[in-house]
Amino acid sequence: MVAKFRAPGMYRAFLFAAYGVALSYAIIWVFRTWYSLDPVFKGEPILELALFLAPLGFLVGLGAFTYWFYWASGKRTLAEDHSGHGAHSWRDYFRINTDHKVIGIQYVVTSFFFFFVGGLFAMLMRAELAQPGRQFVDASTFNGLFSVHASLLIFLFIIPVFAGLANFVLPLMIGAPDMAFPRLNALSFWMLPLAGILMLLSFAAPGGSFASGWTAYAPLSVTAPEGQVFFTIGVQFAGASSIATALNFLVTIITMRAPGMSFFRMPLLVWANFSTSLLVVIATPFIAVSQFMVLFDRALGFNFFEPVRNGDVLMYQHIFWFYSHPAVYIMMLPGFGIISEILAVKSRKPIFGYRMMAFSLLAIVVLGFTVWAHHMFVSGMQDWIRVPMMITTAIIAVPTGIKIFSWLATLWRGVLHLDTPMLFALGFLTMFTLGGISGVMLAIIPFTIHVSDTYFIVAHIHYVLFGGSLFTIFAGVYYWFPKMTGRMYDERLGKLHFWTTFVFFNLTFAPMHVIGIQGMPRRVADYAQQWATWNLLISIASFFLGLSALIFAYNMVASWRGGPKAGSNPWNALTLEWLVTSPPPIFNFDAIPTVVGGPYEYGVPGAVHGVLNDGGAEVPQPAGATAHGGGHGATTQETDH
Amino acid sequence: MSEETRRQERTPVLLMVVIGAIASAIGIALGLAIDWFPTKASTQAGPIDNLYDLLIILTVPIFVMVSVIVLFSCWKFRMRPGEENLDGPPIHGNTKLEVVWTAIPAIMLVLICSWAYVKLTDIEQAQANEMRINVTGQQFAWSYEYPQASGKPVKSNILYLPKDRPVRFFVHALDVLHDFWVPAFRMKIDAVPGLTTKYRVTPNRLGTYPVVCAELCGLGHSVMRSTAKVVSPAAFNAWIAKQKAPAGAATAPAGGGGGTAKPTVDAKAVFNDNGCGGCHTLADAGSNGAIGPNLDKVLVGKDATFIKTSIEKPSAFVEKGFQDIMPKTYADTLKPEELDALVTYLGKVAGK
Repeated sequence: MVAKFRAPGMYRAFLFAAYGVALSYAIIWVFRTWYSLDPVFKGEPILELALFLAPLGFLVGLGAFTYWFYWASGKRTLAEDHSGHGAHSWRDYFRINTDHKVIGIQYVVTSFFFFFVGGLFAMLMRAELAQPGRQFVDASTFNGLFSVHASLLIFLFIIPVFAGLANFVLPLMIGAPDMAFPRLNALSFWMLPLAGILMLLSFAAPGGSFASGWTAYAPLSVTAPEGQVFFTIGVQFAGASSIATALNFLVTIITMRAPGMSFFRMPLLVWANFSTSLLVVIATPFIAVSQFMVLFDRALGFNFFEPVRNGDVLMYQHIFWFYSHPAVYIMMLPGFGIISEILAVKSRKPIFGYRMMAFSLLAIVVLGFTVWAHHMFVSGMQDWIRVPMMITTAIIAVPTGIKIFSWLATLWRGVLHLDTPMLFALGFLTMFTLGGISGVMLAIIPFTIHVSDTYFIVAHIHYVLFGGSLFTIFAGVYYWFPKMTGRMYDERLGKLHFWTTFVFFNLTFAPMHVIGIQGMPRRVADYAQQWATWNLLISIASFFLGLSALIFAYNMVASWRGGPKAGSNPWNALTLEWLVTSPPPIFNFDAIPTVVGGPYEYGVPGAVHGVLNDGGAEVPQPAGATAHGGGHGATTQETDH
Repeated sequence: MSEETRRQERTPVLLMVVIGAIASAIGIALGLAIDWFPTKASTQAGPIDNLYDLLIILTVPIFVMVSVIVLFSCWKFRMRPGEENLDGPPIHGNTKLEVVWTAIPAIMLVLICSWAYVKLTDIEQAQANEMRINVTGQQFAWSYEYPQASGKPVKSNILYLPKDRPVRFFVHALDVLHDFWVPAFRMKIDAVPGLTTKYRVTPNRLGTYPVVCAELCGLGHSVMRSTAKVVSPAAFNAWIAKQKAPAGAATAPAGGGGGTAKPTVDAKAVFNDNGCGGCHTLADAGSNGAIGPNLDKVLVGKDATFIKTSIEKPSAFVEKGFQDIMPKTYADTLKPEELDALVTYLGKVAGK
């Protein structure tokens, strides 16, 4: 038993987390005694310190830092014998594992856990909103519910689930044996559940959970009860996790591509994650800063946001949105990548305008940093900033439009396989277009002055993040399910899931446009009688939408346990992950593959994207000498083998 | 079906265009027919509502186009039995087409933005003879101040506005962010601690409209409401004159404190007009707010002094389990006779 608490693992992790709490008490005791502060043990400072030290203790106990500690202290580091690769039982998912495929599944399953929790919170909110007046929860709980709902679904679901899917398939797609920094990869994953648990624990705080929205605007967040710091600090862990993963993706993509995999032969999912990682690395430090400033205001009296001491309230919003607008693209670009994969494979055609698809991603990365203040049209900032921000916001619809039109052109004259991933991809195309259209409307300042902070905004972001991001996530999970688990999902349940989700999604969120323009503000527990009917309809639809997610959960669990075995390439796709068995071998490729053509050469007779060099066969010459990849009219090298 | 038969099948592009055009026309007609906006009560409302109509006209066809292409593709290009191993034609792109669908949306968007800029300048233009009103937001109430050429400014918890007179609001916040919004006027702006934010409206329709706080400001955010009354200029001037009249000249006895004067103020109206019911439960006034203490419970057996102090200086005593967030401005905004009437009323009805 003692050995269990000494060896890296869950037991030691919890022990060390307890040490972290004890250390927080000790540090506060030392400092407050030193400065003769009364009382010596004060709740909030101890809490703030413990929220950092307990999770760090947990990570140390789990063994996330062991290798680096050995190295830094000059001890002989443990040789990597690869015994940690692969997962042989469910227990293997609960320890430090450096295998990108295990980490990918850890990411996806963890994020879906938080997806269901966040969705449940939405159901509770809709129960309260079914009728005007207060029936179900009090004001403090309601404000907590929508704050935690958004924080979980943004920071613990959409952002990490994309990182999880990419963790699994991206190294396979570029022909790499793993990510560039496997230990860092494990560390990034393990910070994530900790961030989520911190946010959920906030409900146990005196005064209730954080209740200032996921935006946590100062000065409300500075003066709110202690539950607020669970968000302030939880975000630091989620953000650090994002940044580390993004660096890992960037280095992996730049340095670990298989021979012949030039940038313009990369599948668009790889391009999408390359672009997303650029956004994450540049933008995420800004939200970290904004929350540290709130923390310093609360804990140490820095007065960044206290106007009577020359603090600046609007500064918070500028810093926050300088991250949080690019974050919208962090939550969307990986989905663009997934859709490009699925539409090409399921239409049996090359993606239309491959190079423009790649360039438009990069254009969104650049433009994404020039639009943040459109969230602040009524914030009281300098008037003139609104106009340039309106123009850039409208212009960013151009690269997005290029993508939509190119996907439509990809469908044109293809042979459409209308199975579950494809249905979600097509659902995404239409619903995301609606979200994009309301986005353009929201660029238009006079209209936004009226609808900002109303349900119109709620409708818009759910069309973008649910009809947009979540549909791509579902599409991607169904598409790579056979590769990740080695089994097929149930197609009938998958289609049922799509249709129920599609119908109830629209019934839930479309009416929100109407009540928003009519003047119903967002983030309210109570509303005027005139919106009672609409809200009842929305609530009922949202409960069915919640139920539809259970079909998905059942399908995934049952198919993983007992679905029919999947072959290595059930979709007849060209990209490299389909060249290996399902699930892939422990080191992905027994021999490093060689890439000889573009990733989407469907319909080109005899075209191949990559070949496995398993010793005997002759390696075709990589087409590195010629400039073209899968671009317009590029005649891809045809190879016999 | 073989690749050959597929290639020979005509793609009904014309049919698609016709159906798309009809669907767009229906969509636009519906979009214009629906009464989206609340009552129009300011000169700013018209341009904003019209701009929205323009957006409907321009964007409905885009959505219809995407949907129609997706649906037609599902119909005409879906995989039929026997086509399991068939691939589509290897079309990699078409530069002309891509230039077109980059350029047209870009031009359209620049045009919309220019039009919006013109409208923005219109609705924010300075007007002659503007009246200044100071608006103050605090957790969880709005108060208004009308500066006067001579004497003290007139204070009120109801926003009185003369019809057709341009108004400029100077918005302040005492604690956290709020947002001053009258949906019927369409305009809004955050109340920011440390800043004075401003906007203009010209009310042009008589009536009573809700004032809403649109920026999350804490527990009582959903009850931070007030009322805007647009009245005729004559009625407005009469109201100002009445407010300027020396306090209590008509009714209150000199010396005060005795509490024997018959209240001529409708105390229940004072309770409701000042938003007390948003936070407090009081059965007699029909309110069931739960942000602050339930007055039917906490006021039972309390004397008039306690009640009066609790309204004027809410921090003096904070009920256990509640935060010190009640506005501290009622001593200013309530007239003495209103305050006295309210105290008497509360002492009488609480818990009944």
